[in-house]
Amino acid sequence: MYSFEFEKPSTVAEAVAALGAEEAQALGGGQTLIPTLKQRLAAPAKLVSLSGIAEMKGVCVEDDGSLAIGGGTTHATVAREAADKYPALAELASHIGDPAVRNRGTIGGSLANNDPSACYPAAVLGSGATIRTNARDIAADDFFQGMFTTALSDAEIITSVRFPVPQAANYQKFLQPASRFALVGVFVARYADGVRVAVTGASEDGVFRWGEAEQALSREFRPDAVMGLRINPMNMIGDLHGSKEYRAHLVGVLTRRAVAAAG
Amino acid sequence: MPKDSGIGASSKRREDVRFLTGSGNYTDDINVRGQAYVYFLRSDIAHGRINSIDTSDAESMPGVVRVFTGKDFEGVGGLPCGWEVADRHGAPMQEPPHPILAQGKVRHVGDPIAAVVADSLEQARDAAEAIAFDIEELPTVTDMKAAAQEGSVKVHDDLKNNICYDWMLGEADNAKVDEVFANAAHVTTLELTNNRLVANPMEPRVCVAEYSRGTDEYTLYTTSQNPHVIRLLMCAFVLGLPEHKVRVVAPDVGGGFGSKIFHYAEEAFCTFAAKACNRPVKWTSSRSEAFLSDAQGRDHVTTIQLALDAQNNFIGLRTDTYANLGAYLSTFSSSVPTWLHGTLMAGNYKTPVIQVNVKAMFTNTVPVDAYRGAGRPEATFQLERVIDKAARELGVDPIALRRQNFITQFPYDTPVALTYDTGDYNGTMDKLEAAADLAGFAARRAQSEANGKLRGLGINCYIEACGIAPSNIVGMLGARAGLYDAATVRVNATGSISVMVGAHSHGQGHETAFPQVVAEMIGIDESMVEIVHGDTSKIPFGMGTYGSRSLAVCGSAMVKATEKVIDKAKKIAAHLLEASEADIELKDGQFTVAGTDKSVAWGDVTLTAYVPHNFPLEVEPGLEETAFYDPANFTFPAGAYACEVEVDPETGKVTIERFTAADDFGNIINPMIVDGQVHGGIGQGIGQALLENCVYDENGQLLSASYMDYAMPRADDVPFYTVDHSSRTPCTHNPLGVKGCGEAGAIGSPPAVVNAVIDALHSGGKKVEHIDMPVSPSRVWAAMNG
Ligand SMILES: Cc1cc2nc3c(=O)[nH]c(=O)nc-3n(C[C@H](O)[C@H](O)[C@H](O)COP(=O)(O)OP(=O)(O)OC[C@H]3O[C@@H](n4cnc5c(N)ncnc54)[C@H](O)[C@@H]3O)c2cc1C
Repeated sequence: MYSFEFEKPSTVAEAVAALGAEEAQALGGGQTLIPTLKQRLAAPAKLVSLSGIAEMKGVCVEDDGSLAIGGGTTHATVAREAADKYPALAELASHIGDPAVRNRGTIGGSLANNDPSACYPAAVLGSGATIRTNARDIAADDFFQGMFTTALSDAEIITSVRFPVPQAANYQKFLQPASRFALVGVFVARYADGVRVAVTGASEDGVFRWGEAEQALSREFRPDAVMGLRINPMNMIGDLHGSKEYRAHLVGVLTRRAVAAAG
Repeated sequence: MPKDSGIGASSKRREDVRFLTGSGNYTDDINVRGQAYVYFLRSDIAHGRINSIDTSDAESMPGVVRVFTGKDFEGVGGLPCGWEVADRHGAPMQEPPHPILAQGKVRHVGDPIAAVVADSLEQARDAAEAIAFDIEELPTVTDMKAAAQEGSVKVHDDLKNNICYDWMLGEADNAKVDEVFANAAHVTTLELTNNRLVANPMEPRVCVAEYSRGTDEYTLYTTSQNPHVIRLLMCAFVLGLPEHKVRVVAPDVGGGFGSKIFHYAEEAFCTFAAKACNRPVKWTSSRSEAFLSDAQGRDHVTTIQLALDAQNNFIGLRTDTYANLGAYLSTFSSSVPTWLHGTLMAGNYKTPVIQVNVKAMFTNTVPVDAYRGAGRPEATFQLERVIDKAARELGVDPIALRRQNFITQFPYDTPVALTYDTGDYNGTMDKLEAAADLAGFAARRAQSEANGKLRGLGINCYIEACGIAPSNIVGMLGARAGLYDAATVRVNATGSISVMVGAHSHGQGHETAFPQVVAEMIGIDESMVEIVHGDTSKIPFGMGTYGSRSLAVCGSAMVKATEKVIDKAKKIAAHLLEASEADIELKDGQFTVAGTDKSVAWGDVTLTAYVPHNFPLEVEPGLEETAFYDPANFTFPAGAYACEVEVDPETGKVTIERFTAADDFGNIINPMIVDGQVHGGIGQGIGQALLENCVYDENGQLLSASYMDYAMPRADDVPFYTVDHSSRTPCTHNPLGVKGCGEAGAIGSPPAVVNAVIDALHSGGKKVEHIDMPVSPSRVWAAMNG
């Protein structure tokens, strides 16, 4: 690790100010950033820890019934506190990494990082959630812009994420055997106005919506409804752990399983 | 009634108190006053010519003590290889130099280019980034078959080619072998890969070296399975130091699995630098470094052919193997694909004609050496996969086919140089069939099918050869070391005993099991006996722990030394009891005179030995004996394993539902420890079969260079095991009748898993012949849909 300055503000406003410094970077739970620093793959001049900002933490229900989760909320807290309000989301959070990762890692860090194999992006896109930052609200459909790329500008902080709560939902995660991130993960959510299907782990372009499946499932919310649909393997990830064709195949299998489990 | 102490008792592992409470003393826990830290600048390309290295900026960085490059080691020896293999014509293998720091070329990603010694690790690392070098990238060769091609890129410019040796064992007359195959009623052929593995002990390698100008003495603390071997190799071959001035200590070691047998560059470097810098020097491997610098395991590509007659008797076996040795010869690498692999090709079967061919290759990859099982898993995997395939092709029961061909008469001379002293393969198979409830398999398969899963049963038999010996024979075969071991039994005045052993315990439980033997022989409480190991200044010259040898070899030395102690103690007892030595009996810690009620306690005799007031004049005072033991033969544990898997036909995911091991380890000292060794071995074997894979791309970059991509088995990947070691044919040539159990699980489990997966796929109508390990979901799915 190279040396760096460290600040731990207690409000979003202070954090935004601190991040204005040259080569400053936000630190969430550190579960991605700290290993990167240890390998000397990043060299921020200053780390601004978000873990002391109370207004960025916690899970609450908003007036319109949607669920708001503070950007600094850990996976473990979501697993616990969202369990009765949005069980599929809580379930997803409870299977991220291991207990140490869940007790440090945050939803804001996960979304800002936008790892193509991460779980939260599937839930956020699959729920049509809104990402709130210190500066604006960003719709999930606009937020994810490809592997490790988001709509966030430098020094922009995810302060909370607002999830419309679906009638039924489920996340199916097929484990990459080594990292236990998603080799493929599919989040299916059924709303009054239609079904959303978001796929993580599979595509070279990061998390994406599977439009055809959404249409089919909106007509008929049954596993069989997507039986005949195929994903084009061309843009899928092919690596040690699975070919492009295998990932494309898994998207179909997991979508059907998610629909069956969502009920 | 299970015993509660002594031989056969499941005594609790006393070392676990410190291991489980965080009070172990590992090498990284050792910090020496004034120590400096070394950081190795490692090559990030797989093959390159070093044109220049400029360390001047690095030398002036804060905290830097000294920067070393290959030039500093020009007058120093390189790392030696401990086994000279002769090729099929009797010519010695090609043996390239293995410098401590790269000289002339870098040959794999991770090859050390320079080393910075500084006050702190961060300073050393900072300075390493300031080293300027010009390394011209060269084309690489990572594929072993490509490396064998005429005109291939050469890893070592001064060698003829990349072939270390082209070796043969068994029937040398090709025409004879051809004839057997020509006359066969059936021939089964299989091509397979034994995947390369990274050992990944929980504790990475560490060394701390110090040097005293006052006494001209060195101490090296290192994560080793065999401190005397390290001292000998480093002193005699690398640094040219007198052994009596060098102490090597291997304190608590957090797992080795073979990867800590070898003498590594970092050990020699730290020892050399401690004197050169006049500062203690410490190195702690990071996990990332371990992936690039610990010797890796397996990595064979094989074509195997089995010939059967019309009655399904095995009549011939021929194998052609390429073995990847990596860029340099690690300490015992040359012996693994040859004497530890070819010799095992008879397996448990009386195949009369066997020919084993092995080409060992240099490639631009990390060196490969012994890893739990070392050669024996590679042999077992080929043989048991081809037998399974033959059974399927012939439509016969795989157990019946094996039983029909089992060796049943002992001793048995195999066509591949070994003599099995004893075994009962049918008896062990009987135990397996019962313990695994094979009769209930059909019902379990029906249940799985009702749940939409395919269920398969995989059977496997293995033979192992442990405690490699005797020294005179292995010497003829090219070993450059003896393979005996040693123990000193030091009885203290009050009767407690310290046993100094050459074996090293790094998870095996010697500290518990060895005292059980000595305590039983004397009839005292186990707590009276303690094992001392891992320090060349305390223990006699022993060869350490690998190849499941500790109890069979070092334990035998310990028994012999204890017998000497008892003989002498009897002389003293006879004197005290005014009886003839011949009439003295030792039982339950009491010396008695046969046929009388006269007795003297163990503690009184030992006290007399050290306070020899009333003492036989012809006997020396004291009670301490040393014995060396060189076995007459290997020991041959054998077993039969059954694995049941479920395959999810939609995703190809394999889950292991049941795993049963029936092993014949001969006599057993501590059944609980044996269970644990088997469990761990099976876990490692399942890791190889389903998960682990060390993969290089065509440029020699390691794709699986961290736990993000290298899949280790976790608790939920393995089932609860059923382990049965009630089949016991004691070894005929060592005093305890023990055979060794450390590697069996890792040898016996991979073929059982793969056989089970193939069986499951066939039950689902998928006629898949073979899937290479790791049998990952993606590979299974591809095979099902191929
Ligand atoms: C062993 C292990 C297993 C894992 N398994 C999984 C898994 O199965 N599924 C999965 O989805 N993830 C997994 N992860 C990743 C984990 O979820 C991380 O917590 C997450 O990727 C990053 O969150 P963090 O809070 O730790 O962010 P940090 O590491 O602190 O930061 C990551 C990036 O986000 C930025 N950042 C942090 N917080 C904010 C914010 N509020 N606003 C804007 N930018 C911010 C940082 O500047 C940095 O660039 C795993 C991680 C580990 C170490």
